[in-house]
Amino acid sequence: MKLLTSSSTRVWIGLAVLAVLLLGVAPALLSDFRLGLLGKYLCFAIVAVGIGLAWGRGGMLTLGQGVFFGLGGYVMAMHMKLDDAGPSGVPDFLQLYGSGQVPGWWEPFRSGVVTLLAIPLVPAVLAVVLGLATFKRKVRGAYFAILSQALAAAFAILLIGNQATTGGTNGLNGFRSFFGYDLSDPANRQMVYFLIAIVLLVMMALTWQLMTSRYGELLVACRDSEERVRFLGYDPANVKTVAYVIAAVMAGIAGALFTVIVGIISPADVGIVPSIGMLIGVAIGGRTTLFGPVLGTIAVAWLETSLSESFPSFWVYFQGALFMLVVAFLPGGLASLGGGLTGLRDRLAGRHRSGPPDPGGPVAADAPGVSDAAMVKGPA
Amino acid sequence: METLISQVFAGLSVGSILLLIALGLVLTFGQMGVINMAQGEFIMAGAYTAYVMQFVFTNPGVSLLISLPVAFALAGLLGVVLEATLLRRMYDRPLDTLLVTWGVALILQQVARDVFGAPNVDVPAPSFLSGSVSFFGVALPLSRLFILALSLAAVIGLTLVLVRTSLGRRIRATVQNRPLAETSGISTRSTDRMTFFLGSGLAGIAGVALSQVGSIGPTLGTNYVIDAFLVVVVGGIGQIKGAVIAAFALGLLRAGFEYETSASIAKVLVFVAIVIFLQVRPQGIVNVRTRSLA
Repeated sequence: MKLLTSSSTRVWIGLAVLAVLLLGVAPALLSDFRLGLLGKYLCFAIVAVGIGLAWGRGGMLTLGQGVFFGLGGYVMAMHMKLDDAGPSGVPDFLQLYGSGQVPGWWEPFRSGVVTLLAIPLVPAVLAVVLGLATFKRKVRGAYFAILSQALAAAFAILLIGNQATTGGTNGLNGFRSFFGYDLSDPANRQMVYFLIAIVLLVMMALTWQLMTSRYGELLVACRDSEERVRFLGYDPANVKTVAYVIAAVMAGIAGALFTVIVGIISPADVGIVPSIGMLIGVAIGGRTTLFGPVLGTIAVAWLETSLSESFPSFWVYFQGALFMLVVAFLPGGLASLGGGLTGLRDRLAGRHRSGPPDPGGPVAADAPGVSDAAMVKGPA
Repeated sequence: METLISQVFAGLSVGSILLLIALGLVLTFGQMGVINMAQGEFIMAGAYTAYVMQFVFTNPGVSLLISLPVAFALAGLLGVVLEATLLRRMYDRPLDTLLVTWGVALILQQVARDVFGAPNVDVPAPSFLSGSVSFFGVALPLSRLFILALSLAAVIGLTLVLVRTSLGRRIRATVQNRPLAETSGISTRSTDRMTFFLGSGLAGIAGVALSQVGSIGPTLGTNYVIDAFLVVVVGGIGQIKGAVIAAFALGLLRAGFEYETSASIAKVLVFVAIVIFLQVRPQGIVNVRTRSLA
């Protein structure tokens, strides 16, 4: 258990370093515009933490995170739209496209409390229903991936098709205030950035707690052999649903924060293409690790901004090549390079670190002695 | 009565397109377990083949008929290249094949955008497909009937290949028990390649068919490929019979929902119907008894 403690210590130190970077260094060095961009990347990083849990640890390739991202985002957007509406109480675009009436299902989001509750709960409810419906019936692997992808397609089409109440392709945008704070004020926008950074750090800390808990080991066990877990008396469907719901909640919260800092949520952020796009950073960084998805996602988002501005066509080729090469040849992501290097160094030094398997859980999740990065082998 | 006929025909028409696209996936996804997201781009390649052919052969009818084998060969070769370079090393990681082929799909889409431009293009219909026939007072477009016939021909052709030819026997043997097939002297490597050629080639034919129902654009395939995967999921793993039933069932269901509500709601309702259906039959319409625990 000593080794587990040491890897745990390393993670907490890493989180502290990340906190200093995000909360201290970045605001001091970056212009308001760049800080806003970083805030946007951090929103994707929050989604990535959830994907890392569901996909890397749980083996559920969820291609529909855009749906949960969008649900959180649209809930937030509806609230801000209603808040901005002024005395008439009817947001501008509703008068433009529709009857000039606020649809009934918008009304609850006039309340800030309902909105804050709905941001995690709406994605959670959908994830519970879909998770239980599929996992209980042992629909998994490729079938689950395709269903989650079909959900993303259907959701985007639903949003586009109901222009009068959802803003259609344009989505919802042009927000002026966030819970009474004027969004045109740079100081307030900086506060939103801090909020996002803190949410990310909290999510990472909670996820690490979860990963190292008994539940976390059960989740890895489900990924590696569902039958074994079932024979041990657990229901893998419940274990997997929990991880799927947590990932959905994270995506929902990230979507809400994204809407605030970017100022728009539209079907272009929730459909199939963005949903799969959310995976690439996770795959590159290392899907089974805590830091890999976050750092990978920030790196990819930053690359996308800087490359696609000047070479839009090149970026698509680049992204496609990344998907191909990383997944085919480096399934553990860049994090596995680190683990590989550690292993190589150890072998050169003649130190074969081997220890007894972790007795704490039903399946030993960690190869002792290797960093959190190389802890779990990629799903078969 | 007329409404019913036109709705049923609309459903059959959607179903036949789904079937044509799903048929290739029955082989590559259902039988080999590879989730090829680039199948959509093979469809697109087939559609652009029809587009290019119309410049080579001025007669639209001739160019359409020549496009079919050319698109089959082109998409099939793309599939073989994909299999030989990337997928062969990933047969034990089916979920990862999805992401790898998604990368391929992104690249192929961008190639199409750079070569043919982002705006959609059209392929003119040949004279023998431009009219419609009247059936109990309902006008049935010939182009839709052509696709219906094409998809049925593809089903019959694929079934014959799988059941009657030695290639088909090798494919079935490899799918059922790879090591045993290998020890019986079957080259599973070349069998895999031929399976992929057939499966991808069918996508090319689907692309030519799609060129007759609407415009062609770089994202043409993406719009259809997920529906096609759903057909295979609902139909049952690797089952041609299941895919036929599922494609027409989903097509009729969507046409019905679209008539009652709107296209976007219909899409969601079809999805809900699929999830409910999987509660009853998680293995799909046609399932084969296996000894696997799941």
